[in-house]
Amino acid sequence: MSYTDQDFVPLESLSGDLHDGDTPSRRRFLELMGASLAMAGAAGCTRMPTDFIMPYVEPPEHAVPGRPSYFATACLVNGVAEGIVAESHLGRPTKMEGNPGHPASLGATSVHAQACVLDLYDPDRAKQITEAGEVRAWEEFRIALQHSLAALEPGRGAGFYVLTDTSTSPSLGAQMTRLLEVYPRAKWHQYSPAGSHSASAGARLAFGRGVNTYYRLDRAEVILALDSDFLTRGTASTRYAHDYAERRRVSGPAGPMNRLYSVECEMTPTGGKAEHRLPLRYREIEDFARDLLAAVTGGAASGRHAQSVAAIAKDLLAHRGASAIIPGDAQTPAVHALAHAINGALGNTGSTVIHTDPLEVGDSDQTGSLWDLAAALDAGQVQLLLIMGGNPAYDAPADFGFGDKLTKAGNSIHVSSHPNETSALTRWIVPERHFLEDWGDARAFDGTVTILQPLILPLYNGRSRLEVLDAAMRPQPRTAHEIVRDYWSANAKVGDFESWWREALRKGFVAGSALPAITPAIGATPPPAQQNTNSGLDLVFRTDPYVFDGRYANNAWLQELPRPLSKLTWDNAVYLSPRTAARLGAHNDRLVEISHAGRSIRGAVWTSPGQADDTAIVYLGYGRKRAGSVGNSVGFDVFPLRQSQALWAVSGVQVRAVSGTNPLAVTRMHHAMEGRDLAIAVPVDTYRGDPDCIRKRVETPEKRDTLYPIWNYTGYAWGMSIDLTACVDCMACVIACQAENNIPVVGKDQVLVTREMHWLRVDTYYEGDPDSPAVRYQPVPCMQCEDAPCELVCPVGATVHSADGLNDMTYNRCIGTRYCSNNCPYKVRRFNFYLYNDWITEQLKLQRNPDVTVRSRGVMEKCTYCVQRIRETEIRSKDEDRFIRDGEIQTACQQACPTKAIVFGDINNPSNHVARLKADKRNYALLAELNTRPRTTYLAEIRNPNPEWKGSSGS
Amino acid sequence: MIVRSPYETRQNVPREQPVPFSHEHHAGGLGIDCRYCHQTVETTAFAGIPPTKVCMNCHSEMWAVAPAVEPVRESYRSGRSLQWTRVHDLPGFVYFDHSIHIHKGIGCSSCHGRVDKMPLTWQAEPLTMEWCLDCHRHPEQHVRPRSEVFDMSYIAPGTQAQLGARLVKEYNIHSLTSCSTCHR
Repeated sequence: MSYTDQDFVPLESLSGDLHDGDTPSRRRFLELMGASLAMAGAAGCTRMPTDFIMPYVEPPEHAVPGRPSYFATACLVNGVAEGIVAESHLGRPTKMEGNPGHPASLGATSVHAQACVLDLYDPDRAKQITEAGEVRAWEEFRIALQHSLAALEPGRGAGFYVLTDTSTSPSLGAQMTRLLEVYPRAKWHQYSPAGSHSASAGARLAFGRGVNTYYRLDRAEVILALDSDFLTRGTASTRYAHDYAERRRVSGPAGPMNRLYSVECEMTPTGGKAEHRLPLRYREIEDFARDLLAAVTGGAASGRHAQSVAAIAKDLLAHRGASAIIPGDAQTPAVHALAHAINGALGNTGSTVIHTDPLEVGDSDQTGSLWDLAAALDAGQVQLLLIMGGNPAYDAPADFGFGDKLTKAGNSIHVSSHPNETSALTRWIVPERHFLEDWGDARAFDGTVTILQPLILPLYNGRSRLEVLDAAMRPQPRTAHEIVRDYWSANAKVGDFESWWREALRKGFVAGSALPAITPAIGATPPPAQQNTNSGLDLVFRTDPYVFDGRYANNAWLQELPRPLSKLTWDNAVYLSPRTAARLGAHNDRLVEISHAGRSIRGAVWTSPGQADDTAIVYLGYGRKRAGSVGNSVGFDVFPLRQSQALWAVSGVQVRAVSGTNPLAVTRMHHAMEGRDLAIAVPVDTYRGDPDCIRKRVETPEKRDTLYPIWNYTGYAWGMSIDLTACVDCMACVIACQAENNIPVVGKDQVLVTREMHWLRVDTYYEGDPDSPAVRYQPVPCMQCEDAPCELVCPVGATVHSADGLNDMTYNRCIGTRYCSNNCPYKVRRFNFYLYNDWITEQLKLQRNPDVTVRSRGVMEKCTYCVQRIRETEIRSKDEDRFIRDGEIQTACQQACPTKAIVFGDINNPSNHVARLKADKRNYALLAELNTRPRTTYLAEIRNPNPEWKGSSGS
Repeated sequence: MIVRSPYETRQNVPREQPVPFSHEHHAGGLGIDCRYCHQTVETTAFAGIPPTKVCMNCHSEMWAVAPAVEPVRESYRSGRSLQWTRVHDLPGFVYFDHSIHIHKGIGCSSCHGRVDKMPLTWQAEPLTMEWCLDCHRHPEQHVRPRSEVFDMSYIAPGTQAQLGARLVKEYNIHSLTSCSTCHR
């Protein structure tokens, strides 16, 4: 079969000479092979098993087999909502998409929103209500709970303690208020190991009250991140990344562009995007903020980094009201207070920086709250402890010894999605429903309310925490649906509640429910903290970008998703700067011991260029003992060193290399471009001076300079454009692709031998100063080359071109020679060395996208441009006798991308978005000199450095 | 070739069903339109197998006590689905769409044969990839006017060569033989 005739292959019939001329075709060869197999007695091996069809007895309204339905709801991370639209195939939620109307999503999703569907089908979820290991019915639990409470009735609830994790649910808040009315001496404690502790405490320092702060980056010209990874971490990162990128898109040589500074101890994806980045140790950031505050309020720039402070202060002052200082969640309360002061001094408050009342219900000092509970447990005052969510036995500060104290409760109940470390110590376990099975409500970063609605009946015997609370207060508890409805019918304050309710459910958010902006009076800036003179290193704790505080440890997609920059999977590591690692005699994979105050932890080293020296960074959430079959014993537990007085950083820790290694499974070994123009970045002035500068850098051969036959695409020609200016390495595209395309996980051992299956990767390159390098991100899916090197070498024609220019991969033809992968210059093909997809676990089958083949062992696979979406839209458009509209097909990666870096469409129509981008002067092809004519091309990154910057890092 | 024989493809083999449902009786004798039961054939990939409720639309009135229809009544009473044996079964890696074939003027009987003459239903064609491609390469030999799609007794006129060529143009039919047309 030749390259040019795939779409109109001549009919081959079985009749005629089997040796037709000198060129026996590939199919003839297969026919002969097939015949000889059959004659050899192998008949029957292809006969399909009998299949059955079971139609509905009475179909539900609107259910159309073969066509998915979509329902709006919200995914919660640490209690805060991100609006999503869930795709459901005949009652099975399969894929989460962003909700275009929701302020935290704008149509895109975070990594967690994509991954949450796998949690629903996790076979390790808690399945039954149990009391001391014995299975109980809901009724039995309810009666036991009411008995326990009846005993506390005379004391007006004294001895009843409720511990919840962070929640923004107005219904839950109302129920807790009611509970404390019914049992006035009961106590409500809240604790989450990660989240807004510092922000909350910082607000109390600055304003004397709890305040929620968020940023309007669509109005910000200059942004300073103070140890903040706001582009990829945190409950508003999807929105922030969007707004940040929108102000960076240079639509031509003219046009405005924002500028990002980053001062941080970790090397974060946000720092990698910064025009200027200053790596400082954890405690130095507070000093830096103090110097900056002095400089923007009229003082002279001083301190160790006076030049940087002066340059940033001048830039900020030139953009009063259009700049934003963003402190990181893991920085000290003082840094948050200083950031409020700087933002106030610059007139940003109310413009780019918005304050509202707290999102959380019962906003409190969580560490103090948990300490009170620990003290009550110690004193034997706790008769009944109801823990809803969370996992304090694993993640409470080490000095609390919470796990040991937990057993001192008279009776204890854990409402939990998974049987975890805490459930192991409680008498009762009540399985908590997944949010896709449950009614509920929650607020987004700006306070916008979403009513959560279920898409599926509970898979197991799960209960909503709202129902458990109701059971504590009423003899006949209401359902979660009734509880949420009752709350809003009383509090929505609308005339026609039924219409309001339906509209809220349909849209996925309550319009106009964002919390009103407030302007709290700012107090005096906090005095400088005591200078730490400890020798030794700083140990800095960060939430893992994916498993967060450990709550997602049993999610295999998240475990295998390469962490930004390091591209580490299935492990946490001790991140050190290359210089510090060398000083300690530790190289990558080498174990080190970190000790402090008589405790120690051990983990493998990973060097991170750009990280502050003398700083060891570790991620929370690993070393779980009861996470489930995926998350158990992955990585090492860092909580033993985490103290209540130093939640995010400890000074003066001892780090020493010890014998032994732990090979870390990273998906990227090499971070240098070796002088090649792979991920191109140019300063904006260079680009404005000569818009053709990018084209001049890339050698693009003529279309005719090829041995491939020339083929003209006359119909649709699918293509993609990826804007490197916008990409922030958040990895949402990779996990969206995994969810959409039934991509399996392979496990650490297979990643170690580079057999990960992701169809899309985000390459990271370092350039320049190794102490604070410039970083380039480059998503690399299949390039869909028009002259594809992979196709020529396939001996069985399993990868060939389609009429619209797709490089098709046909699994059922593939015999697994892997020649195609060897010949692919972009290394985007993935091979199923083993049966990676789980064909046995029933629950996991429910998640699969029915429109994509589940691949088996021995076949090659790769990015298809989400061909199932292309073909579906093609068919629908033909049914309606029209052409496909621009933007009608979105690939999964494109749809998830917060910054809209990925644009897909028909490049043959010059008015299409993707065609316009390909005509942009920033457009270039990766390895263009090979003349593979890739359909996926890139827009070079434009950076906006400050000409007055003289700091250590340029862009 | 054994791999393409009816033994392998199950072509022409009537399949046993939980109810001895006869297309010959319902479609042929009574003249019930295909779409009364296969409701989504014009709009989605899956033609649709009728819910028990659709059977009961008639069978709550006629043959309401007939033993042969008892499994249907039992399904309706108990709420448990009938388990029909799939007669036309494509491999899991093949994504066939009914709606587009109907829209482009491919008749039911072109692939399913004279269903109106089948007491128990069987697969009339081999459903091999070769058989699919035969039509995808030469749609003009099979396309019929849209008005005739559901006509079981439609016979291509002597002028099919001209008619087919005209309809291919009129219906904007492209001979799609890319792998990803069917395999995803």
